[in-house]
Amino acid sequence: MKTKLLSLVLGATLGVAAATAASATTLEDVKAKGFIQCGVNPGLPGFGAPDDKGNWTGMDVDFCRAVASAVFGDATKVKFTPLSAKERFTALQSGEIDLLARNSTWTMQRDTGLGLTFTGVNYYDGQGFMVRKSLGVDSALKLNGASVCTQTGTTTELNLADYFRANNMTYQVVAFENNEEVNQAYDSGRCDVLTTDQSGLYSTRLKLANADDHIVLPEIISKEPLGPVVRQNDPQWFNIVKWVLFAQINAEELGVTAQNVMDMKNSTNPEIRRLLGLEGDFGTGIGLTNDWAVNLIKNVGNYAEVFNRNIGPDTPLGIARGLNALWNKGGIQYAPPVR
Amino acid sequence: MSAVTDEVRARDSRTSFWNDPKIRGILSQALLILVVGWFAWEIIDNTVTNLQERRIASGYRFLENTAGFGIVQTLIPYSEVSSYGRAFVVGLLNTLLVAGLSIVAATLLGFVIGIMRLSKNWLISKIAAAYVEVIRNVPLLLQLFVWYRAVLKSMPSPRESHSFADLFFVNNRGLYAPFPLFGSRMIWVLAALGLAVVLTAIFNIYAKRRQEQTGQRLPRLWVSVALILGLPALSLIINGVPVNFTYPELQGFNFVGGINMIPEFVALFLGLSIYTASFIAEVVRAGIQAVSKGQTEAGNALGLRGGSILRLIVVPQAMRVIVPPLANQYLNLTKNSSLAVAIGYPDVVATGGTVLNQTGQAVEVISLWMAVYLTLSLLTSGFMNWFNARIALVER
Repeated sequence: MKTKLLSLVLGATLGVAAATAASATTLEDVKAKGFIQCGVNPGLPGFGAPDDKGNWTGMDVDFCRAVASAVFGDATKVKFTPLSAKERFTALQSGEIDLLARNSTWTMQRDTGLGLTFTGVNYYDGQGFMVRKSLGVDSALKLNGASVCTQTGTTTELNLADYFRANNMTYQVVAFENNEEVNQAYDSGRCDVLTTDQSGLYSTRLKLANADDHIVLPEIISKEPLGPVVRQNDPQWFNIVKWVLFAQINAEELGVTAQNVMDMKNSTNPEIRRLLGLEGDFGTGIGLTNDWAVNLIKNVGNYAEVFNRNIGPDTPLGIARGLNALWNKGGIQYAPPVR
Repeated sequence: MSAVTDEVRARDSRTSFWNDPKIRGILSQALLILVVGWFAWEIIDNTVTNLQERRIASGYRFLENTAGFGIVQTLIPYSEVSSYGRAFVVGLLNTLLVAGLSIVAATLLGFVIGIMRLSKNWLISKIAAAYVEVIRNVPLLLQLFVWYRAVLKSMPSPRESHSFADLFFVNNRGLYAPFPLFGSRMIWVLAALGLAVVLTAIFNIYAKRRQEQTGQRLPRLWVSVALILGLPALSLIINGVPVNFTYPELQGFNFVGGINMIPEFVALFLGLSIYTASFIAEVVRAGIQAVSKGQTEAGNALGLRGGSILRLIVVPQAMRVIVPPLANQYLNLTKNSSLAVAIGYPDVVATGGTVLNQTGQAVEVISLWMAVYLTLSLLTSGFMNWFNARIALVER
């Protein structure tokens, strides 16, 4: 009996030791296991949520698929880990996931203090407030003394405190760990106000019993640049994820879509030829094949296609491009060129 | 035994070193210590290496930084500009509050239900049995959700609050009541209360000794109550009632002033007390059934009534059986209070979790949690062990 226990302990210890020793790059790890483990929102329609057939859908989910397409040439080689706001960064730090695409706000502390790195912005957002129409409130500045529901461990929670303090208003915060509980508490009247990123408010409103009874107040109280995150200690993987996003934005700018990407291979435009790997050696430079961008555009689409499919004007969320339009169309989405 | 072993060893001096039971024992224990020590060192070293490799800042200095988030219930002054450390302490006090009050309530309810279950009245015993079986077999987390939803559902919005004498208000933001603010002369009232407690103790010792010597019984209960209520009341009047009340008033969205008991607290308190009471009821029932029936019969033979038999003979003996498992229930209750996170009550896990998330200091925050629950558990079990020793059967 004792020897059995002893060998068990020894085995466990050696396992720990082995985990310390092995430190392959994320790309090698991902290729070895054959899929990307991607952390996503457990339930935010439009960004990350399972549909009624259990398929993951949303902008962030599509971003994971785009990375899988770039790495494997196959959008299905990705597995999703639904994570709460509180769990997300620890899951990435500990290596449980390879990539976090979960509407996370890029802040200095998260970018520098957590051993993590943001790879870009796939959605420019800002924090807003939603209230019941029956309260007769038309501005966030009239929320003095209100009780506010929010999610713990978010930048939202901090902006909320800053905003009320800056405007000399008091408030009572009721914070829950899961979005679902926040929404239920708001729905049952526990709080007067629900606050999160505006895109999230529109998404949440869809799930409420009577969506029309609620209004989103006009004030946007913060900058919320949302983007994918990777670990800081792997520059190669950082480059791959960063350039998947840039490739999608460049593809939109150059008019390359999922439908025409194959025909575009005959294009004479040097910028398109470089993006599609027909000139230069950009794919192998980041550890992939030269048709990496072809694969992700073919499988997932360019930035506009992803946006319109998940949250655009023709979806239930109906969000306009706004800030997220390309730089040459009145927005601030801008990608460095492939050259 | 050892003489025999020595003899065996002496007789067969060729017994190999490995087969000597004494040496084998020492060796295997030394080996175990080595392995455990190595294992612990490996874990610490692995963690530190990984943290450094991933450039994650470590150490407890972050506790001094500004928290920047609000907390719905704070027993000590706290604002968004307070430190992470203070936010953690606010959560710790909230845990202590809900655990402490729930332990008292669960104990009272558990004893009542446990005794009811042994009642000869069919209806009473079946009600108690149903309570125990239903509550004990449904996970606490689900019960907390039910309580939270039920508590919220039964309450109106602030503008339509239930009001009692315009002093107490109930709405979906919680229960609002007037709250006393004490003046500086309140110290004399507290002094009077302290004096009353001392006098009561002295009186009780005197009364007990007198009863043992003469058999005469003094009205201990009434004198005690009169002392503990009367002296502070007298002092209160002499000092001109140095108390002001703040009253809850509807201002804008919510009530302001007075004291507020939030629905998250009510739901957690009800959930924990009612759930744990079902286990305590079983502990109490088992304890009482462990007391030999002869003890009750002896009580009957002395002409004592049922209640007196229970109070003076059965329960004191049952306590010896009840206390150790009761201590376990107290530990469970305290640890279960961490489920608060699911219904938004800011206990130490909820506030610590927020700190963890805002700072990313997972290892440090988890170590603080472990320290908190370990300390609470050791203190509880230490107290219960002391109590158990005190009520142990004194053999003469």
